[in-house]
Amino acid sequence: MSNKTSKAGGFRARVTGLPKPVKFLGWIVLALLAYALPLLEPPFISTPGVDFGGVLFVVTMYGLVALGLNIVVGYAGLLDLGYVGFYAIGAYTVAILTSFHANWPLLLALPVGMLATLLGGIILGTPTLRVRGDYLAIVTLGFGEIIRLVAVNTEWLGTSKGISNIARPPSLELFEIPHLNWDTGVPLVDFNDSTTFIEFGVLDQIPYYWMGLTVVILVLIADKLIKDSRVGRAWEATREDEDAAELMGVPTFRFKLLAFATGAFVGGLAGGLYASRQSFINPQSFLLLFSILFLAAVVIGGQGNRWGVLVGAVLVAYLPQRFREFDDFRVLVFGLALVALAILRPEGLFPPRRTVRAKQLEQELDELEGAHDGHDGEAAARA
Amino acid sequence: MDFDFFFNNLPQLTITGLAFGAIYALIALGYTMVYGVLQLINFAHSEVFMYGTFATLWTVWALTGSGGASGMQLVGILLLALVMSMLTSALVALLLERVAYRPLIKRNAPRLIALISAIGASFVLAELMGLRDRVTGWFGLDDTLDRYVSGARINASMSGVVNMPNVDIFGIPVKTVDLLVIGAALLMMVVVDQFVRRSKLGRGIRATAQDQETAALMGVNPTRTIQMTFLIGGLMAGVAAFLYMLKIEVTKFDVGFLLGVKAFAAAVLGGIGNLRGALLGGLLLGVAENWGAALIGTEWRHVVAFVLLVVILLFRPTGLLGESLGKARA
Repeated sequence: MSNKTSKAGGFRARVTGLPKPVKFLGWIVLALLAYALPLLEPPFISTPGVDFGGVLFVVTMYGLVALGLNIVVGYAGLLDLGYVGFYAIGAYTVAILTSFHANWPLLLALPVGMLATLLGGIILGTPTLRVRGDYLAIVTLGFGEIIRLVAVNTEWLGTSKGISNIARPPSLELFEIPHLNWDTGVPLVDFNDSTTFIEFGVLDQIPYYWMGLTVVILVLIADKLIKDSRVGRAWEATREDEDAAELMGVPTFRFKLLAFATGAFVGGLAGGLYASRQSFINPQSFLLLFSILFLAAVVIGGQGNRWGVLVGAVLVAYLPQRFREFDDFRVLVFGLALVALAILRPEGLFPPRRTVRAKQLEQELDELEGAHDGHDGEAAARA
Repeated sequence: MDFDFFFNNLPQLTITGLAFGAIYALIALGYTMVYGVLQLINFAHSEVFMYGTFATLWTVWALTGSGGASGMQLVGILLLALVMSMLTSALVALLLERVAYRPLIKRNAPRLIALISAIGASFVLAELMGLRDRVTGWFGLDDTLDRYVSGARINASMSGVVNMPNVDIFGIPVKTVDLLVIGAALLMMVVVDQFVRRSKLGRGIRATAQDQETAALMGVNPTRTIQMTFLIGGLMAGVAAFLYMLKIEVTKFDVGFLLGVKAFAAAVLGGIGNLRGALLGGLLLGVAENWGAALIGTEWRHVVAFVLLVVILLFRPTGLLGESLGKARA
């Protein structure tokens, strides 16, 4: 066990020891690969039967939502089971402003939608964040359902019929990029199958993926900056022990509210982008089930670790699409996978470094205590 | 706001609400006990209930045959259905504890991951029921069991089997089935409450809820106690399922979800971990929801329930009666 971790530590040390320009270059290459993924259409990874670009777009939306929810659940430790409500507020604001009651362009409606969600987060958070722990979970769940049911029952919000003709992002048709074709087993450049850079149309979903990926990268950078700041430390202190943090002079309520609002803001952004891509939304897109899936993404990936939750989001969004052959059995298999993951990796796939360190420390302490209690023979044998 | 309708039908609305509330309360018992002992939300409890409804339905189908039944024969069939429902639900609850929870509890895993495991188990259980035609098809049984497994994804109904008349109480027509549901649920709640308060096993459950380690030192086997908690929750969910089938007569593979959410809300409303709180929360939720639906319109039914929950939690952050499975007096 300790051997393995030290090896991983060695690898990490070697990566972090690289000179800064090399690291930067590494990130650029990774990002370019991610951007090129739908053009490469690599076999095994691309999804047969469903549009690969569309699937990737949904993956980026889940990633965005997971990053937002990670701030609430992972950093601040507030269990939110109604996150889909914020997603819905963002989507509905954009839908109303661009199609249903006004005719705004998307780029104007989207920031308004995000602000509306931020406001929603503060309005919901101010009373509810006084409630702690699992009560918070059920209160947020209640709010999520209320938002959906209000949308179902209100004429002004399009009832269960939903809202269509939502504005798409403005297109900038610059040039065509061909795809790769793997039909013969070797990758060939296929000029008949190309994507226009950047045309947000109906058929080709790849530009939406690029947009989603760009937003995810921006949010990742912002997330890193916040997490490493005073705010991030205050969140962690609040999560670990609220009373102790309060005693140390952290205004816990304000920071919890900030986490809630920041998470809501990101959720609203994701909702707005989703509405714009779908061009149609109805309350069915905001079921409680999605809140649960979002939470599953965060917890599976390793709450508190931004890369971990991204992996979790990819798993939750991508696997059911990739294995469409199972079709009817998708949810069943997904459920089995959740149980198996929970039992095999209780800390999530990629727990944050701090958790790993704390665990190691605990183990060391246990070993020391064991030796102290007179298990000398055992300790000697281990040495 | 339809005040005329509301005030003219107030007694009936209240009784129907109480009947719904009684069912919520019985399911809430399972949530609240598991929460009291383990501090985790047993998300899959709704599926425990759902399996009970199917056990009831299938028993009734299998025994009534084509001609239907009446009189004492019907009573016997229903009693058997109740027993089957309780057994099935208890079995599912125990299985759940064994597969989805025990490995995590043993390792002292974070509580959120137990929630994820429960969510996964809930998906698996619901989908197994929703795909029962396929699953039996693998064993070549789908033709023999056709009546039971076909239409796996749509409503299955036992309407027309039990026809209970209305009775007049003080000149108000009341459905007998509502009275039966309320009475049976209250009886079961009292039995469980007294069991937890007075029996040795109940004392063990309360001790484990207070402090698991100390309870273990005093000779209470924690694993067995946790099992007992799930067993009692399962049995009560079975009773709830039977009563639900008497009242609603229709079930489906995903029927548990909304009911589970409501029942959990009821448990939280009364103070999670508190048995009497579950009863109070359930009845209150059922009545409020029914009144709200009559006043504002049926489509706002669930909104009323959730708004009530949120408002009460804002003023009493640990529920109406506070959380206290461990603090209940002996």
